[in-house]
Amino acid sequence: MELDLANITLEERRELERNVILGTVEQLKGWVRSNSLWPLTFGLACCAIEMMAAGAPHYDLDRFGVMFRASPRQADVMIVSGTVTKKMAPLVRQLYEQMPEPKWVIAMGSCATAGGPYVRSYSVVKGVDQIVPVDVYIPGCPPNPAALIYGINKLQEKIRYEAKTGKRVTDG
Amino acid sequence: MSEEQKQNGARSGEGEAQAEAPAAAAPQAPESAPATESASRADGAKPADEQPKAVQESAETPRQAAQPQAADESPQAPPQPAEAPQQPAAPQPGVEPKHTATPQPAGETQQSAPQPAAGPSQPAATAAGEKRPLTDEEKEARRQAALAARAAKLAAQGGAAAGAAAGAAAGARAAAGGAAAAGGEGTQEPPKPSPNQPKLDRAVQLLKELVAEDAVEEATLNPFNDDMPTLVIRGEHWLKAAQTLRDHPEFGFRYLRNVAGVDHETHMEVVYHLLNMDSGDTYCVKVRTNRDNPSVPSVVSVWATANWQEREIYDLLGIVFPGHPDLRRILLPDDWVGHPLRKDYVPLDPEV
Repeated sequence: MELDLANITLEERRELERNVILGTVEQLKGWVRSNSLWPLTFGLACCAIEMMAAGAPHYDLDRFGVMFRASPRQADVMIVSGTVTKKMAPLVRQLYEQMPEPKWVIAMGSCATAGGPYVRSYSVVKGVDQIVPVDVYIPGCPPNPAALIYGINKLQEKIRYEAKTGKRVTDG
Repeated sequence: MSEEQKQNGARSGEGEAQAEAPAAAAPQAPESAPATESASRADGAKPADEQPKAVQESAETPRQAAQPQAADESPQAPPQPAEAPQQPAAPQPGVEPKHTATPQPAGETQQSAPQPAAGPSQPAATAAGEKRPLTDEEKEARRQAALAARAAKLAAQGGAAAGAAAGAAAGARAAAGGAAAAGGEGTQEPPKPSPNQPKLDRAVQLLKELVAEDAVEEATLNPFNDDMPTLVIRGEHWLKAAQTLRDHPEFGFRYLRNVAGVDHETHMEVVYHLLNMDSGDTYCVKVRTNRDNPSVPSVVSVWATANWQEREIYDLLGIVFPGHPDLRRILLPDDWVGHPLRKDYVPLDPEV
C-alpha cells in the first residue's frame, strides 16, 4: 500500500499519530533488556534466602521478566547476595567475567555493599564493589524480597535512563 | 527506609501512641515552660476550654513524667497548655509527609517521631524521657527488694525479730527466703563426691601404668560440664595415650567428638572430646604446647576424623601436627599469611 504523506486526510493523519511511535533503537534495546533481566543463580549467605523468596511464587520475580539462570553465560545480572569472603572474591570476579555484555551487578544487603557486620573481620571483603562494578546497592540485613524487587526496579530504571539519554548514571 | 518507618507506624497500636506521646512532650516542657506559661496566662482562662482532645488525653497519661513537675509548679492548669503547642510542632515536619495517605490527629502521628528519621533534637530527649522514669523506678524497686532481702536474711539468722521483715513486699520476702535457704544448704552440707571421681582416678591410674608415669599432667573434673573428667596429657605421650584411650577395654573411646584449639596467650592448647559410644562416657583431653613453636602429635592415625579438625586448627592457630597426612590450610586461601585466631595476629587490612 502506497501512502502519500503529503496528501493524507485528517483521519489518516490521526490514525498514524495513534499507531506510530518514534524512538531510537537504543531506547528499544534498553526497554527490552530492562524487562528481561536474567540474574545468575548465585547465593552467598542469608541474603540468598531472601533472594530465593523473591523468586518464589509469593513475590514472583518472573513477573518482572527476572528469571534465574544457572550459567553465567546466559545471565546478564549478578545479584551478589551475601558476604563476600576473600576466598570467594576471585570466584565472584571470574563469574562476572564469564557473563556476556551487557551486564549489571546488584549488591544485595550490607555485606555485599560494605562488609556489613563483618567489616572488622579478617576474612571479609569490604564491599563487592572492590571486585566488580556495582550498579545498584540494596541496604538491609538482609533486605526483604520487596527491597530486592525495589532494587531490581531501580536497575530497570537505570537501564532505560541510560539508553534514553546516553548518559552513564555511574562509572560502572 | 521509608517503608520501615511506615511499617513501624502501622505496627504500633494506638494505645501505645497515646502512652508515648506525653512522655515525649514532657521532658521538653521545663525548658520552654516560662515563655509558654506566660503566654497561656496572658490568654486567661481560654486555653482550658480550647484544649484539643489529644492534649487532654495526654494530660491524663504522663504519670511519672508530669507529676513531679506539677508538684513544684503551683496550679495544674498552666503546664497543660504549655505542652499543647509543642506536641504537634517539633516532630511533625519530619513525619507528616509519610502519613499523608492515612491522615491522623497530631497526637497520634507523634508516636512515630522518635523513630530513626525524627525531627531535630527530639529523639534524644524522648529516649531519655521514655526510659529514665522507668529505670529509676525499677532501680528503686530493686533497692527496696534488696534491703528487704537483707533484713529478712538477718532476721532468719538471728532467729528472732521477724517483725523487721514484716513490712517487706511478699515477693521480696519469698525471694529472700529462697536465697537464705540456698545459702544455708551451701554452707551446711559438704560437697558430695562426684560419681565421676572414681572414673577419673582410674583413668589416671591406667594411663600412668600403660603409657608413662608422667603422661598425665593434670586431672580434674569440670564442674561446669557435668563433672566431665578432664585430663591434661603431655605432648610427647599423647599419641600413645590416644591409642590407649581408643583401644583399652576400660576406655573404648572409639569416637572423637571434637577437636578445638585454644590460644591462652601463655601457651597453646588442643582440646579433644572423646565419646565411648557403648557406655556414653565423655572425657575431655587437653594437650598443651608452647606458643612460639606450637606442635602437638597428630591423632589422625587413631581417629581419622581428626584430619580436617587438625587442619582447621593449623589454619587458624598455626599449631603444627607432626604425623598429619596432609597438613595444609582448609578454610583460608592457600596464600594466606598468618593465623588469624592467634591473639597476636595483625590483620593486613588497614580498616580492620
